[in-house]
Amino acid sequence: MREINPADISAAVARMCMSANTRLPADVRKKFEEGLKNESTEAGREIFRQLLENADLALETKLPLCQDCGLAVFYVELGEEAYVPGGVNKAITEGMVAGYKDGFLRKSSCDPLTRKNTGDNTPAIIHIDFVPGDKLKISFMAKGGGSENMSRVTMLAPSQGWEGIKKFVVQRVAEAGPNPCPPIILGVGIGGTFEQAPKNAKRALLRKLDDTHPDPKIAAMEAELLEAVNKLGIGPMGLGGDYTCLAVKIALAPCHIASLPLAVNVQCHSSRHEEVEF
Amino acid sequence: MATHTLNTPLTDADIEKLRSGDVVLLNGTIYTGRDAAHKRLVDLLDKGEPLPFDLKGAAIYYVGPSPAPPGRPIGSAGPTTSYRMDAFAPRLHSLGLKASIGKGKRSDEVKKAMRDYKAVYFGATGGAGALLSKCITSAKVIAFDDLGPEAIRELTVKDFPLLVINDAFGGELYAKPKLGD
Repeated sequence: MREINPADISAAVARMCMSANTRLPADVRKKFEEGLKNESTEAGREIFRQLLENADLALETKLPLCQDCGLAVFYVELGEEAYVPGGVNKAITEGMVAGYKDGFLRKSSCDPLTRKNTGDNTPAIIHIDFVPGDKLKISFMAKGGGSENMSRVTMLAPSQGWEGIKKFVVQRVAEAGPNPCPPIILGVGIGGTFEQAPKNAKRALLRKLDDTHPDPKIAAMEAELLEAVNKLGIGPMGLGGDYTCLAVKIALAPCHIASLPLAVNVQCHSSRHEEVEF
Repeated sequence: MATHTLNTPLTDADIEKLRSGDVVLLNGTIYTGRDAAHKRLVDLLDKGEPLPFDLKGAAIYYVGPSPAPPGRPIGSAGPTTSYRMDAFAPRLHSLGLKASIGKGKRSDEVKKAMRDYKAVYFGATGGAGALLSKCITSAKVIAFDDLGPEAIRELTVKDFPLLVINDAFGGELYAKPKLGD
């Protein structure tokens, strides 16, 4: 077994929480710059101009890009031959709490009924997959509530197939309209079980915006959905235009012969995520 | 589309000048309030108790700012999604609230209340919280401190950049999705 120091994990997680919330990822910035040049509406170009200025300012001042610093979501790949004394959950949680405190990030977690804030952004939302080897990979996503509220899970009938999936995704984006801070990014989980589909949809949001899915069939489906969604003309911040969605990322998983689970996880334009490996 | 510089408190005359798509640079005092604070405001009204600020001519900003780092009046402070306050907004408009500031669509009930009571809905750019914080020169918690980021704050704003999304005449700026087929 390879031992990984929990203090190292906590320190790296704290840094990631602060950095992801203040530094716009390079692939997102590239899309904003492209939008500033190519968006056909003046109002839409103005939004891209403001978002780029916001990103510069956040980097310079260390103010978070958005006041909604999100619930802290972690996708973890833990090697079966790696060992974290005290546990990886504890190490990540302690790092998250320190990062949100020291980075002056907003704590957005509360009791679902009394609505009392937990005060330190706990619990961290941690998904752990065990993988072969002795490495540890931690991906962090700051997931805002506005875009999360526009996300949906549904159980389609198998007969609805790809056309049914496409219809649901387009309808979802149309209904969400300006609410989730477009231009959005879509994570689409197709198949799996009721709980796997949204988990896969969210994990798909960790991919680079300009990557191409290794399976050409899925890559073509992503392109088809992106085009269909952008035809809606919702545009940056819902003011109309060509840039409603920056990218669609699909994750497929085998499902029950009776089911076709579908999850659409909507992400806002400031897709804040980072990863670290040990 | 015109650009207006306005000061709070807002008057009927101010509101009547505004049309969907206009740019407004807002100056003066505005109040923050989002989900939990709205619930408490309405609870106070139900009990016949005074509100922590005067609604007459007021503007409420739907925001839960991030904590202020040393040397700054406030942290990042962009708008939150407005529909969650739709259940409360008509009542507040009927009592003199002249403007709300947020992002995203409003209900038909809120749009009707804005027509009936001469009020507007402003959009601020979502996800531009660092940039918008530059226009906030002071911030002070005036009620519900226990709500943390959701407490009501009195903000002083200077040329706070807004877009009129819904005016008092039924105008709407948001694009209607082209569903076709």
